[in-house]
Amino acid sequence: MFITNYIKNVFGAVKSLAVGMKRTGYYFTHHKEIITEQYPDNRDTLVLADRFKGEVVMPHNENNEHRCTGCTACELACPNGTIKVVTKFDITPEGKKKKAVDKLVYHLELCTMCNLCVVACPSDAIKMAPTFEHSVFDRSQLTKVLNQPGSKIMDGVE
Amino acid sequence: MLSFSQIASDVDQWLHKVCSPTWALVFEMVIIGVSVIGLFAVLGLVLVLMERRVAAWMQIRLGPNRVGPQGLLQSLADTLKLLVKEGMTPGGSDKFLFNLAPFIAMIAAMLLMAPIAFASNFQIWNINIGVLYVSAVSSLSVIGILMAGWASNNKYSLMGAMRSGAQIVSYELSAGLSILTIVVLSGNLGLNDIVLSQKDGWWIFKGHIPAIIAFIIFMIAVTAETNRAPFDLAEAESELTAGFHTEYSGMKFALFFLAEYINVFIVCAIGATLFLGGWMPFHIGNLEGFNHVMDYIPSSIWFFGKTFFLIFLIMWFRWTFPRLRIDQLLNLEWKYLLPISMFNIILVTVVAIMKWYF
Repeated sequence: MFITNYIKNVFGAVKSLAVGMKRTGYYFTHHKEIITEQYPDNRDTLVLADRFKGEVVMPHNENNEHRCTGCTACELACPNGTIKVVTKFDITPEGKKKKAVDKLVYHLELCTMCNLCVVACPSDAIKMAPTFEHSVFDRSQLTKVLNQPGSKIMDGVE
Repeated sequence: MLSFSQIASDVDQWLHKVCSPTWALVFEMVIIGVSVIGLFAVLGLVLVLMERRVAAWMQIRLGPNRVGPQGLLQSLADTLKLLVKEGMTPGGSDKFLFNLAPFIAMIAAMLLMAPIAFASNFQIWNINIGVLYVSAVSSLSVIGILMAGWASNNKYSLMGAMRSGAQIVSYELSAGLSILTIVVLSGNLGLNDIVLSQKDGWWIFKGHIPAIIAFIIFMIAVTAETNRAPFDLAEAESELTAGFHTEYSGMKFALFFLAEYINVFIVCAIGATLFLGGWMPFHIGNLEGFNHVMDYIPSSIWFFGKTFFLIFLIMWFRWTFPRLRIDQLLNLEWKYLLPISMFNIILVTVVAIMKWYF
């Protein structure tokens, strides 16, 4: 009984190894289909994953308006101090003071792309952009202000 | 016709004409040394590139294709990089052994070149116990690895070296027994004589079942002996960073790397010599026309073709199979390969005595 099991084992092992080698042999002989992205060549047609996280951006509409209320939830959510929200006080038409964002300073060099700020934002003002060519010659260029100059908050966002 | 043996005898005659026999011998030794080192360098470059392309194609990638046409200069560029890198010696290491180890590994590989028949009548040393010499010297490479692991003063290196020791010592047995199969069949220990005994057919065909079993066991055992995946426990990147050569850098690392590929080449050359007829052309029975066509292909091309086919087979293993655990590795040797090869050697003895081979 032992000896039949033993021989079965040996033949089973050889057979399963042959199956594996058949698979890789197929790939070896059919190498036209390539699964890797040929990155610098296909820059224009590059397809990235839907949820690729490259950097934090703040979308603006055509009237240069964003959805950020300056609530600092993203700053509090950030685990390594990547985001600093500088707030100011706007005067509303009714003459009331209202808190608004002056500068949303984003340190790309500190960011780990953990997505926690995007999750924490109550008004969907920021999102992750699928860009990844971030190399610069000077580190200070990685510190970005996300809201565009002269931009203001969209109507109806509280 | 221009052949390796012709060139060798011409050089020999010319040297004997221009200087005394002693100096001729000295010059011949120098020429052999230089050409072996040259062969090593070329093999290292070619095999590294081949390995990377084979790996890439098996994993549906492209592989190196930027440096030079089709990426052919990639390994040359890598060599240049390794040459200019600093060869660090870590502080707590045994400096003498640490610097000696790569050369031991290299020299062990170099010594194995001596009895290999590269082409018809072209051999560095036609020794009549070539097979014995090869199996004796090939176990020397473990000394280089153990030395490197011990001298590095690093726990990963030491573990890798110890694993490598256990592995090489145990797989030496089944490799030796499968080599012995062919020795029994051909009745010779010299590698050139074994090649000559395959004039009417290679041993893998003539020796049918026992020779095929021996061939499979030989391929498994030499894969383990050269520390290549799926038996690369001595390096095991995911467990031991790089095993015995963790602490090596620059050219000293390159020597280990080169020694690995040279060892692969040598064991494949031995395998081709024993089982696939070395430099003997492929002949089928009485098909005279076909046999004549095969005879026109130079013997060196036959030898290198067969060797590179076996190298490709070993690379195929590497990029297909996952790495074994150390206990599985030793189980495979002591519970499967060794009993089977012992049984096989009895079988082949019966076959040889009863003349059941073709």
